[in-house]
Amino acid sequence: MSTPTSPADHVHSEAFLARLMRDQLRLSIACALTFAVVLLALPLLNYFQPELMATRVGGFTLTWLILGVLFFPLVWAIAWVFIRRSMRLEEQEAAAAKEVSR
Amino acid sequence: MNPLLAIGAVDPWIAFFSLSTVLVTVAMGFWSAGKSKSAGDFFVAGRSVSVGWNASAISGEYLSAASFMGVAGMVMTSGYDALWYPVCYACGYLFLLLFIAGPLRRFGAYTIPDFAEGRYDSPLFRKIAVCFVLFIGFFYTMPQMKGAGTTLAYIFPGLPYWAGVVVVGAVITLNVSLGGMKGITLVQAFQYWLKMFAIAVPIFVLAAVVGHYHQHLGANRAAGESAAPETAKRLTLPAKAPSDEQWIAPFGKLTTKAVDASVAAAKDPAAKAELEASRKPYSLLYTYSLIIALVCGTAGLPHILVRFYTNPDGVAAKRTTMWVMILIGVFYVFPPVYGVIGRSLAPHLYDAVGAKGTDKIVLELPTLLAGEGHPLLGSILSGITCAGAFAAFMSTFSGLLVSMTGALAHDIYGRILRPSSTPEERLRAFKWCAVLIGTVSIGLGMQVEALEINFMVGQAFAIAAASYFPLLFMSVWWRGMTMPGAAAGMLGGGVAALAAITLTSISDVAAAGAKKLTDATALAAYWTDHPMGATLRDLWLAHPLARILCEQPAIWAVPLSIFLMITVSKATAARVPGDIRMKMLVLHAPESLGLKQEYIKEHEGLPH
Repeated sequence: MSTPTSPADHVHSEAFLARLMRDQLRLSIACALTFAVVLLALPLLNYFQPELMATRVGGFTLTWLILGVLFFPLVWAIAWVFIRRSMRLEEQEAAAAKEVSR
Repeated sequence: MNPLLAIGAVDPWIAFFSLSTVLVTVAMGFWSAGKSKSAGDFFVAGRSVSVGWNASAISGEYLSAASFMGVAGMVMTSGYDALWYPVCYACGYLFLLLFIAGPLRRFGAYTIPDFAEGRYDSPLFRKIAVCFVLFIGFFYTMPQMKGAGTTLAYIFPGLPYWAGVVVVGAVITLNVSLGGMKGITLVQAFQYWLKMFAIAVPIFVLAAVVGHYHQHLGANRAAGESAAPETAKRLTLPAKAPSDEQWIAPFGKLTTKAVDASVAAAKDPAAKAELEASRKPYSLLYTYSLIIALVCGTAGLPHILVRFYTNPDGVAAKRTTMWVMILIGVFYVFPPVYGVIGRSLAPHLYDAVGAKGTDKIVLELPTLLAGEGHPLLGSILSGITCAGAFAAFMSTFSGLLVSMTGALAHDIYGRILRPSSTPEERLRAFKWCAVLIGTVSIGLGMQVEALEINFMVGQAFAIAAASYFPLLFMSVWWRGMTMPGAAAGMLGGGVAALAAITLTSISDVAAAGAKKLTDATALAAYWTDHPMGATLRDLWLAHPLARILCEQPAIWAVPLSIFLMITVSKATAARVPGDIRMKMLVLHAPESLGLKQEYIKEHEGLPH
């Protein structure tokens, strides 16, 4: 890695941008995968395990309860984790950029 | 029927609540328009609005007639499979948050045309993007207009469907053309809470009187059960209604319709058996394609992005997003409850189609309290749901009208036709454009009475999913994208999805016409007159998979769009913007580094 001569050079370097995009994309993809696994697995479970998914919980079938009610809190949890992590990530990046300038 | 007689028969509570909603909306529009003077006040107003109001306003614009009325109707008609709609409407926001919202906000792009021009330095691409904004806007407007027609025809029995479309379209058009886009935030925030109140309160009262969500759902016997696990008051289902085990389980009527029709038409027993075997795999395919369309489509709806960043402070914007997801998610728990209870208590709606059928279950269900000995309560609650329905299609239609009018007046008139026009001329153009677009929307809305609200919205989402979502996603995360690549992918994916959907609509409209005929010779003559519909009908019957892929094109159209973007961009790699690294930095670096200001300064130095 080349030693930056000024803060502006560091911020504008290829390495800074690549790391920035990689870190952010990694966080986004991790959150999206958690969500996608649940979202895409549900039709598969319905397909291959229809009896299990038809189990009654109260009056609901299990699959109805998951899709109609429990899905929303899951999405909130993922969004909450993402927002917290991405704010921390931005702070770290900004701090790192300022660190070099000192 | 004599219209005066019809008005005499109107429930006073319903008329009172509906009229109040319209009047409050118009009054708030004028009041906030009067408070803000300059053209720039719109975004500044966004800055001075707190997180709570802002989140309410975004949610208010998002929850349309499809959410308020369509979801409940669809759950009542199709059962479990329709649950994907509310869930994916809410979850699409997560994708927007994860991949697109942050970078777009840092870039300072408020509309897709802004982003298109900024990212590719291409005024031409801006024009292409504007045309597509108008196009998707109209597609999304049609179901809102249908919601208006349905609701008004319900409130004033005897009033024809088109009258509601004309009245509501005219009121909103007047509001937008006089009040403009300033200060719409407060109106929409108010309408979110009205919708939330209107969907939640009646259902709690209803559930307390006629039985709860789980009881009514449990009263449907699933396949393999000897008896339903719960008992609730139920009326006899008409022959047209789906059976209990079909309705409550996945892969029901909605996703197996195409195969069912083919099976019914097949004459050869071997072919019939083969089709039967493909029913479940095809319906899994349908489900996945629907999920992709709804999740990616939410992230690509142009008027959602416009609203997204009325709050330019980074921390507040993220908090706003979190609240939007919570507000929308809580709302979407309720509409399916109407569908479930409606199946038990209002099965007569299965016998009618569209506006007179299950689409009006949200409005009709509270009136059933009259039969339980609470006629006044029933009227009041029904009035409240009618008010909510008005708020739903008014807020979404005003948002759409404002964003489409903005595109027409600022981008097409202001930048393409008359770049030298004065601000006064542009303001006048804005008003005329609002009238023009409002009129076209009314005309389109009158054509779609027979189609289901939620189905039409699903189609708008499929087109957005195959055009805007790939455009935004790839432009933000892949620096090798070029303008020709972006345009080829957006237009290729979008047009392919549109073509597929148009084919299904042509055959559906033709089939709806044929349904009215019972006489065999008249029917034969009808199909001779509609050769396109007849050809498509035969094609779908022979190949149900083709029908599914045309009805739900997202599963192939989204990859097609991304594939076109990558190949065309690779072929035109020389046209990657020269300052792409700077653009990418602005998109991805934390705002506290101040790169956006640096970028603007650099661009101001350039000759245009």
